[in-house]
Amino acid sequence: MEQQLKQLEQEALAKLQAASNLKELNDVRVAYLGKKGPITDLLKGMGKLSPEERPKMGALVNTVRENVTAQLEEKVAVLEEQAIYEQLEKESIDLTLPGRKVRQGNRHPLTRVIEEIEDLFVSMGYEIAEGPEVEKDYYNFEALNLPKGHPARDMQDTFYITEETLLRTHTSPVQARTMELKKGEPIRIICPGKVFRRDNDDATHSHQFMQIEGLVIGENIRMSDLKGTLDALAKKMFGDDREIRLRPSFFPFTEPSVEMDISCFKCGGNGCNVCKHTGWIEILGAGMVHPNVLEMAGYDSKKVSGFAFGIGAERIAMLKYGVDDIRHFYTNDSRFLSQFHRTER
Amino acid sequence: MLVSLNWLKQYVDIDGIAAEELAEKITRSGIEVDAVIDRSKGMTNVVVGHVVSKEKHPDADKLNVCQVEVGEGDIRQIICGAPNVAAGQKVIVALPGARLPGGVKIKKAKMRGQESNGMICSLQELGVEGRVVPKKYAEGIYVLPEDTVPGSDALELIGLRDTVLELGLTPNRSDALSMLGVAYEVAAILSKEVKLPEIAYNTISEKAEDYIKVRVEAKENPLYAAKVVKNVKIAESPLWLQQYLMAAGVRPHNNVVDITNYILMEYGQPLHAFDYDALKTNEILVRLASEGETIVTLDDQERTLKAHNLVITNGQEPVAIAGVMGGANSEVTTDTTTVVIEAAYFDGFSVRRTSKELGLRSDSSARFEKGVDPNRVLIAGERAAQLLAELAGGEVLEGTVAVDDLDKSPARVVVSPDFINNRLGMKISLEEMLSILNRLQFDVEAANGLLIIDAPTRRQDIKIEEDIVEEIARLYGYDEIPMTLPEGNEQIGGLTPYQEKRRIARNVMEGAGLLQAVTYSLTSDELAQKFTLKAEDTTRLLMPMSEERSTLRQSLLPHLVEAASYNIARKADSVALYEIGSVFLGKTEEELPFEEEHLALIVSGKWVDHAWQGEKLSVDFFIAKGIIESLFEKLGLTDRVSFEKASVDGLHPGQTAAILLDGEKVGLIGGLHPTERKRYDLKETFVAELNLNAVLAAQVEELVYVSVPRFPAITRDIALELDRSKPAGEIIEIIRNAGTKLLKEVKVFDVYEGDKMEAGKKSVAFSLTYFDPERTLTDEEVVSAHNKVLKALTEAGAELR
Ligand SMILES: [Zn+2]
Repeated sequence: MEQQLKQLEQEALAKLQAASNLKELNDVRVAYLGKKGPITDLLKGMGKLSPEERPKMGALVNTVRENVTAQLEEKVAVLEEQAIYEQLEKESIDLTLPGRKVRQGNRHPLTRVIEEIEDLFVSMGYEIAEGPEVEKDYYNFEALNLPKGHPARDMQDTFYITEETLLRTHTSPVQARTMELKKGEPIRIICPGKVFRRDNDDATHSHQFMQIEGLVIGENIRMSDLKGTLDALAKKMFGDDREIRLRPSFFPFTEPSVEMDISCFKCGGNGCNVCKHTGWIEILGAGMVHPNVLEMAGYDSKKVSGFAFGIGAERIAMLKYGVDDIRHFYTNDSRFLSQFHRTER
Repeated sequence: MLVSLNWLKQYVDIDGIAAEELAEKITRSGIEVDAVIDRSKGMTNVVVGHVVSKEKHPDADKLNVCQVEVGEGDIRQIICGAPNVAAGQKVIVALPGARLPGGVKIKKAKMRGQESNGMICSLQELGVEGRVVPKKYAEGIYVLPEDTVPGSDALELIGLRDTVLELGLTPNRSDALSMLGVAYEVAAILSKEVKLPEIAYNTISEKAEDYIKVRVEAKENPLYAAKVVKNVKIAESPLWLQQYLMAAGVRPHNNVVDITNYILMEYGQPLHAFDYDALKTNEILVRLASEGETIVTLDDQERTLKAHNLVITNGQEPVAIAGVMGGANSEVTTDTTTVVIEAAYFDGFSVRRTSKELGLRSDSSARFEKGVDPNRVLIAGERAAQLLAELAGGEVLEGTVAVDDLDKSPARVVVSPDFINNRLGMKISLEEMLSILNRLQFDVEAANGLLIIDAPTRRQDIKIEEDIVEEIARLYGYDEIPMTLPEGNEQIGGLTPYQEKRRIARNVMEGAGLLQAVTYSLTSDELAQKFTLKAEDTTRLLMPMSEERSTLRQSLLPHLVEAASYNIARKADSVALYEIGSVFLGKTEEELPFEEEHLALIVSGKWVDHAWQGEKLSVDFFIAKGIIESLFEKLGLTDRVSFEKASVDGLHPGQTAAILLDGEKVGLIGGLHPTERKRYDLKETFVAELNLNAVLAAQVEELVYVSVPRFPAITRDIALELDRSKPAGEIIEIIRNAGTKLLKEVKVFDVYEGDKMEAGKKSVAFSLTYFDPERTLTDEEVVSAHNKVLKALTEAGAELR
């Protein structure tokens, strides 16, 4: 019997070694260790043995069984590992092939510039005010200290619809309307929007463009506040190391009026093509709100003061992104628009 | 305004300051210098020559062989093609080695076999603009006065050793439209004095008032003064005067005209010279024209006048349009001997209107329009008399004949130093302020803590306290203003809910793969109402620049279709754009159109193109619809939106729907009509447009969490045979209405039309989900609910498959 057991063990171990997959291995397990297997049979036949031999044989059978089970498990582990390896091998892919990109759109560069400016001013406590693109002559000109026949009206050629209505030439009428609405209360607004001038479209002119104007009215608003605000704007849009300078200018709705230059972001002030070799780039017009404008909107110009500024979104975008032709903004070529997708900084 | 520094030096000391530095100082303190122009343009070796002899070139008809003395005894042969070259002339010679503008280098050369040692020059060849060269020399060489010395520096002589500042003047600084005005500005900047011209001349015993009478019958002319000068000899002006005029961009004519132009530039006061004898009547009458009255102006054009045009007449007929242009009938000619000089103040508005109506803008009208200095009118007349005596041999009659009601008093401004400092956010001392105002030559007195200022009348722009703030600030220096931020704000900034939702709408569109476009608001009449659910009255410009941009749009789609076409024509295989912008509908009581903000989108060509995986998909209606549905979902409006078949000009009749929100039309969606696709060369193209004002105004409930389901849902499928034209949406409505509260969702999961179906029929399969959040449903409950649905469908005539 002992002889028989040894032989069975030899046989089982040989088949184990020969098994090349988990199924064959399972067959071996069922064949030798199963309930109907020879080892079980041997155990069943133990009854015929003498009581002295029984424990000895029992121990022997167990040893064989354990040995076969252990080797079986070892082999299972090896084969399982191998199976996974094969699966991994089979599932390997060419990682360099392009992915299924998700279609993504993006904002128009002018919207991008406008939202960036809006966000800056909102963070400084401003609200965003909007108004109609078709305006009354009154709000576009008269309420802004530009009565009919004023020579400065020549500065802006206007699309009239009737004698009294027109396409707004700036977003200043929104300021005029807001002042009228607020009835003497303090104001902090930024007014983005489309504006129109009678210009032939070319590389630097467009009959339609976007403006962002700002207006602050309150007690003791000073020119230094205007300067500090514009400095914050310049740094936000063109970098922290920008410097600004103000130059005297003229707008009928402000007094004093200034133009703001920023130090050239390309050459840092040494002179280059962008700044026409002056080191400075003209960015916007601004000034202290003219007392006539305040009075016309019902503010007491002796008690309150204010500042206003106006920026061309196209000019900012052209400088910031190096766009050389204003018409690009209105041609809507996907190859142009899609360039303004990614983040900066 | 072109400012010759040589000329400016006559009035203010600018020695020792480089032109560039001066330009920078002027720019920083008030008047923008657009350009600094070196008139010598780097020229060298240009001298005075004396044409000793002139012979015809033996082998060339149009050339002359000249012997030219270019220095003591230095005679050179120069070939010259100019028609006006003649022996005895003093001319300008560019010697071999000379460099002229435009990169021209003069060398010794042979011209048709004859040696040429230099070039006799025209003014144009020396870089002078053709339009300012005297007519006499416009087509040939320039001839210098006889007393010039051969070999001397010709550039110096003709005033090209000069620098000109080109000023970009804002409308308020019309005071700088004169050399004296610029001199005052420069003097203030540099803390210098202004040297005014000294006016002195002799008069003869005859009196001007015996020669001419002046009457004014129009309030637009508060001051009219006439001076009479006899025995004037019309001739070329002296070279110095011609140079100054050319540097200022004015063409010299003859001494009389040149003197009036010179004073125009010097004082900013326009003058006019009449031929006394041509006036015929010994009278000047200023009045408004009678409607339809005509005058032939100096440019030989007949002008028809309106009743509001101011004219100068001889008592009978017009002899000049006031401040705009003189008449041909009284023009100064070579035969003129007696001239009447007009020095007047004409109302700016009147001159502006007249010059605009007649399309005649001139140096004179430009100055009257902006308002000349009331205190310089009479002085300018005196200056003219002086120069006519000095430069044209004239004899000035005694006295000035004038009608003068002009207010010449200065504007008084009273302002406190505190006001100035508060407005600027600075602490400038009173002494500093006084010093600045003195430099500006403002009449100022400090009393009781106030500055009492009489601004000179040349500065018509100084009227109010803020004007003084600006004067102080610009001369003190804007760089000195500190940087602060406004104090005391109680307002919390932010976007309105509408503005926030609009940004979200942008995000949804971009997340769906659309690029934001911006197109023009102006379009053609033809396109203005296209692609609209309902056309409204259009808004058209009074004077469009072109038909293409004449009318305000009522839909964003026409230009988006054009943009798609533009991209496809440039080989894009896919276009996906959206735009948010205003459309203009009808008219409000306030005569303005209703402005509605719309959102529109267009998709055309390929939608999915994963090339190597072989996954390609063209756009279809449901891609466009899906994007719109995503937007409504984001806005929490999904359940309130429906789509209803509609008909829209330019869209496919079988693929177009109106979009309804709470039962109200808020937009449209559809396929581009095949004829439009052909017209724009587009393949499958789908569009949608929403009234964003209406959509974003829809209020939704606060967001409150709904518990995540803990019990299983049960689904049942239904397949129906329907007429092909029967919308699935209607069936879903029936199912929804019939389903009890246990029915949570209805989805279409299959639509089939084809071989296995009867013609005109389709099969649509729906999946119904039943669910109770509180417990697991029993079979009986589901069957009971489902049977109600089936019954409703059968009653509605749907055939179960
Ligand atoms: Zn630069």
